[in-house]
Amino acid sequence: MRKAIYIRIALIAFTVVLAIIFFLPNTPLFNYMPDWWKKNLPNKGIVLGLDLRGGSHLIFEVDLKRAREITVERIGMHLQSLLEKKGQKPTVKVQGEKILIQPVNDEVKKIIRENYPDLSISDQDANIVFQLPESAFKRVETTSVEQAIEVIRNRIDQLGVAEPAIHKQGENEIVVQLPGVKDPKKALEIIGKTAQLEFKLLDEETLLWKELPSLIKPSEEEAFLAQWKARLPEGDEIIFQKIVNKETGEVYKRPYIVKKDVLLTGDLLAEAHVSIDQRFNEPYVSLRFNDAGAKIFEEITAKYVKRRLAIILDGNLYSAPVIQEKIEGGNAQISGNFTLEEAKDLAIVLRAGALPAPVKLIQNVTVGPTLGKDSIEAGKMAVLIASVLVIVFMIVYYRLSGVIADFALILNILLLIGALAALNATLTLPGIAGIALAIGMAVDSNVLMFERIREELRLGKTPKAAIESGYKKAFWTIFDSHVTTLITAAVLFHFGSGPIKGFAVTLSLGIAINLFTALIGTKTVFDFIYIGKERKSLSI
Amino acid sequence: MIQILGKTNIDFLGKKYFALGFSCLMILLGIFAIFQINFGKANLGVDFAGGLSLQIRFSQPVTLAEVRAVLDKTGIKDADIQELPTEKKILIKLKKQQEGAQDIIEKSLKENLSTKEPIIESITEIGPKIGERTKRDALLAILAATAGILIYIAIRFKFHFSIGATVATFHDVMAVLGIFYILDKEINLIFISALLTIAGYSLTDTVVVFDRIRENLGKVAKGSITLEALMNRSINEVLSRTIVTSLTTLMAAVALFFFGGEVLHDFALAMILGIIIGTYSSVFVASPVVLLLGKNSLIKR
Repeated sequence: MRKAIYIRIALIAFTVVLAIIFFLPNTPLFNYMPDWWKKNLPNKGIVLGLDLRGGSHLIFEVDLKRAREITVERIGMHLQSLLEKKGQKPTVKVQGEKILIQPVNDEVKKIIRENYPDLSISDQDANIVFQLPESAFKRVETTSVEQAIEVIRNRIDQLGVAEPAIHKQGENEIVVQLPGVKDPKKALEIIGKTAQLEFKLLDEETLLWKELPSLIKPSEEEAFLAQWKARLPEGDEIIFQKIVNKETGEVYKRPYIVKKDVLLTGDLLAEAHVSIDQRFNEPYVSLRFNDAGAKIFEEITAKYVKRRLAIILDGNLYSAPVIQEKIEGGNAQISGNFTLEEAKDLAIVLRAGALPAPVKLIQNVTVGPTLGKDSIEAGKMAVLIASVLVIVFMIVYYRLSGVIADFALILNILLLIGALAALNATLTLPGIAGIALAIGMAVDSNVLMFERIREELRLGKTPKAAIESGYKKAFWTIFDSHVTTLITAAVLFHFGSGPIKGFAVTLSLGIAINLFTALIGTKTVFDFIYIGKERKSLSI
Repeated sequence: MIQILGKTNIDFLGKKYFALGFSCLMILLGIFAIFQINFGKANLGVDFAGGLSLQIRFSQPVTLAEVRAVLDKTGIKDADIQELPTEKKILIKLKKQQEGAQDIIEKSLKENLSTKEPIIESITEIGPKIGERTKRDALLAILAATAGILIYIAIRFKFHFSIGATVATFHDVMAVLGIFYILDKEINLIFISALLTIAGYSLTDTVVVFDRIRENLGKVAKGSITLEALMNRSINEVLSRTIVTSLTTLMAAVALFFFGGEVLHDFALAMILGIIIGTYSSVFVASPVVLLLGKNSLIKR
């Protein structure tokens, strides 16, 4: 009997030491520990959730439909130049996910089959239609999301956020967590920018451009496009330049007619950085292409001397300089009324590469650092006050037995914190609420037993017998009541996201540990007090 | 020995029709709230409805009218402005994602209320797709929790008891939901987790009462006592436990309510309501339902 009690005491002491070792990294004391300790023993502890630390939890959705179209457009462009090089002159048109080619002879078919064996051929009206099989599109979708994650990771690295977490969710969603991000708005802009850089030629052959209004309001954009669509020559489109009145902050749009053909894209960039124009003291982004890009750039500039080249980023025209002469070496620049800050951000996204398809922000939960700090303070305060209230109540109501219950309660909190640290669980604000509630519920088991013991005492049993039968009779009630709460906690864990998961974790751990502390913890103390000798009274 | 209650002998079940009438009213209120939520007429959080929610902190107390006046000038439509527990903070909610709305709100507040130094403390922007998914997940969670609890109770107790426990739990959740609806409090994901916690907690209370009834059922001979009297005796026996544990959990919830900060304020309120209603229902709803269903057939020996 005596031996069994000592074993239980040793078990409790062992779990307490373990809990302290796991929780140590969360205390300032950890800094004073020797190096071998920091290296070999737990060093991570409890992780604070974004709602407590401050930071952004973002979910982006990759536009897969666009990713498919972009792939087809690329193939179309490539085919056209390929066929031209081989002396063939059919027109290549891209319509959604189809490539229409006309006329098609055996030579054209052969070239296409050699380069894109995946493309299937069918007739549609007078055109020959080439299409990618669904399996190829599926591959495009998967790689688009993977590439987008890679690009976003590069951009975030340039932002300098500590410990970002980026992962895929579902089919086409990317979850980005930025703990402690200083300027969430800027982060959002940099991550979400597609950064698709394109060089296209302004169409000055059509005289229509002379009829274009110089500026329109952004609200008129749709009506304007609808009105002009029918009048544009085949293969042309309207692209706007955003003009901001620096004094009033008003935004206008200036329309341009450009040829749809993309001459060069940002894929071939080797570098992008900010420079300052000496004459106007204005920042611009200077670009350098890699060898392949430089070669294409040289060809374009040679072919279109005295024409205007539109530099378009994500569908917005930034500038359309006149090509003065052939440019060798692959250097170009984007100017366009930037602030220094904007130019820097632009250089970042261009350096990190373009997203394979546009992404859309579908969730942004951002908590400022002050709110996070306030929440921690408030949470600590609430837990402290809840503990004090319950501890005092138990002592007043149950006297010495109340002290024993309080011992179990403190053991409970200690083990709960230790368990959270051992699991490197993420503590969220609802998680703190879970701890507070667990404290309130933790004494439940002891109350059940104490009330039972009181009943047994009233029946005239000796303290020792009352304790024994009180524990025995209360056990299944305690067990049942814990299991029901555990079921709801498990469900919350499964269906909940972020903060709610944190709540489920603390609540369920709290309850499970409570079973241990109530059944083993307090029982051991009682046994220890009443060991061997039979006392006459029980302070309960 | 301090006792809140000595040996009591209250006739709880004598008041069963009054209690059941009241409880039916609460359940109806909850069901009404569900309909209103479905029709979009409740104060649904952005995590379900989608949209934008900004929590803004000022250096001095600010009134809703002041903020309303500033927002009206910006041309931002359908902005819903809500008070928070402290006078220095407000919540602005937009039902739909409007491009640049956040910038416009921030700029106009900073210009017009510059002396009160507005700072955006938190941003929650949820697209319609995520909102729908969260709604579906919450619904699934409620169904899964209900099913799990039902199965467990069905295994551990006799049929009549599991019906009683389920009705009591359903009652508690509906009542808290109904009260939240009437108070025009925000129905959001945190509130749903509060509801599920309440379901678990209320069940704990009910289980304790049922355990005692079951235990006493095993002791009595057939015909010696009516089920109603036996239930009354059982409830009276565990009454002090019921009140003590409700009190300690209530203490924790009250501490959260007053000191836990604005994010947990409504969560704590839901818990306080849930604890009170859950305690009431374990006595006044769960057992009467079993009594009405089971009559005296439960006393076998």
